[in-house]
Amino acid sequence: MATTATKTRSDQEAPEPVEKERLRRLLATGERPAPPSAWVSVRAFGWRSMLKIKHVPEQLSDVLVFPIIMLLMFTYLFGGAIAGDTGTYLQFLLPGIMVMSIVMTTIYTGMSVNIDINKGVSDRFRTLPIWRAAPMVGYLLADMFRYAAAGAIMFGTGMVMGYRPAGGATGVLLGVALLLAFCFAFSWTWTWLGLVTRSEKTVMAISMSLLFPLTFLSNVMVDPATMPGWLRPIAANTPISRLVDGVRGLFDGNVETGAVATTLIWSAGFIAVFGTLTVRAYNRK
Amino acid sequence: MTNRDIAIRAEGLVKHFKEIKAVDGVDLTVPAGTVYGVLGPNGAGKTTTVRMLATLLRPDAGTASVFGHDITADAAAVRTQVSLTGQYASLDEDLTGIENLILLSRLYGYAKPAARSRADDLLEAFGLAYAAGKQVKSYSGGMRRRLDIAASIIITPRLLFLDEPTTGLDPRSRNQVWEVVRTIVGEGTTVMLTTQYLEEADQLASRIAVIDTGRVIAEGTPGELKSSVGAGSIRLRLHHPDQREHARKVLAASLGAEAEFDDDPVALTAMLKPGEDTAAQGSHVLGELAKAGILVDDFSLGRPSLDEVFLALTDSVQA
Repeated sequence: MATTATKTRSDQEAPEPVEKERLRRLLATGERPAPPSAWVSVRAFGWRSMLKIKHVPEQLSDVLVFPIIMLLMFTYLFGGAIAGDTGTYLQFLLPGIMVMSIVMTTIYTGMSVNIDINKGVSDRFRTLPIWRAAPMVGYLLADMFRYAAAGAIMFGTGMVMGYRPAGGATGVLLGVALLLAFCFAFSWTWTWLGLVTRSEKTVMAISMSLLFPLTFLSNVMVDPATMPGWLRPIAANTPISRLVDGVRGLFDGNVETGAVATTLIWSAGFIAVFGTLTVRAYNRK
Repeated sequence: MTNRDIAIRAEGLVKHFKEIKAVDGVDLTVPAGTVYGVLGPNGAGKTTTVRMLATLLRPDAGTASVFGHDITADAAAVRTQVSLTGQYASLDEDLTGIENLILLSRLYGYAKPAARSRADDLLEAFGLAYAAGKQVKSYSGGMRRRLDIAASIIITPRLLFLDEPTTGLDPRSRNQVWEVVRTIVGEGTTVMLTTQYLEEADQLASRIAVIDTGRVIAEGTPGELKSSVGAGSIRLRLHHPDQREHARKVLAASLGAEAEFDDDPVALTAMLKPGEDTAAQGSHVLGELAKAGILVDDFSLGRPSLDEVFLALTDSVQA
């Protein structure tokens, strides 16, 4: 991950003292506002998560570099060998790679949760008069923006390379919507992981070691029909594979309703299981 | 005293982490409107105690109430009254100073424009306006601490917990934090302050509880604690190194104490008599040395160090 070194100011550079009179006046304003509604809190956290993307754009670029390289590499180097010609392979590969790269950005949610806990920021949030789940939901909402941005970049790259979605704009938008819905649900896995592991590096390590095999053991790269018989059913039926089927179908204009339905069921499952686990782990802290 | 006068009442608080007894039966009574110091070395259980009282941890046993609200049964009510500034600044490092304060103001219920002006006002008051637009990760330790405290008073709490607020700060920043604490208490907020530094507790607190291995081993005003322990030491640097032996005899005679030679060839140190005025003993010793014709280049009176306080207190506990 990219890290930037920041110069820390020394205390000698702090020329301004505390202004006691101003402080006294600030303290004296006795009336406090009414606690914010759940929606207001969530929006505030969403704003925060967007600011983090602005301040740490590597969150977006880091997770895109690898998939874009893969997209280029697999299309131009292997495309011909795998699918006959690079253009055909691109049509097959792009939806899958898009899914894979965006699913990978969900890892950052878990890492942010973990960092917040470790740095004590969440302590402060827990003493506030806000809805308990607001920080989590805020993260996830801003994540939607990040996923959409990542998706646009991947898709744009594909278009430049010659990808043309047969399903038209509608198909693409629906496909992206399905992808975002799944990612929202799937992110709860990482929020839970972020709460129960010790450092954000562990979160990254575990999530990477889960996602990498899932990506290759799926229909992202190749049609499972080309795999050996014993491997085919596994590769074809992981949640990622079904999601890719759904997205690919929508992009291509021949919608696979079975895949879409299965993906939505998996999504509901992730939210039910990992959403509950997350809330419970958060309350226990 | 009625509930109005008591900010915190805690009895028998216990918290174990697996085999570690972090807090092993802590009783506290904190009067409202004062600074209450909790003094102890690392690992004594100060932070754990404060976190329990701030409702971030559930005690394993014991009870406590903050302004009459039970910390387990009525935690939400407690949270509306308290604010916690922890040992490690709980700020979002990626965001700027002003963004942090605006976020928290919004979470307290201020509308966006009011949040913005509250944040601006706080940054001005804490002398941080010039760094408002810089990311917190670039702030120095002192600046972070000030911002953290500012964040804790966005809404003026009735009770402010400060957990080791000046650990790791340079003397100037430390003084600024002390100024802030005095101002806050001056406006009626109760402050519970944990610290490793006797001087800090001495300067700020009206009452101190000394904690070690999860228990309160002494409680009282700073004066009471210090005089119960001993008056510290006097250290002399002589003009002529060969007068050291003579000086040692004079000290023995006037203080009844065995002076120790320091590695510095002209220096020696002796313990003062406990229970008697430090300054008076000091001037008496200097007078005796002058009468004996011993030239003194430099002297200093050392107040009891935290180690001495602890040794004395733990000795008296075991006695």
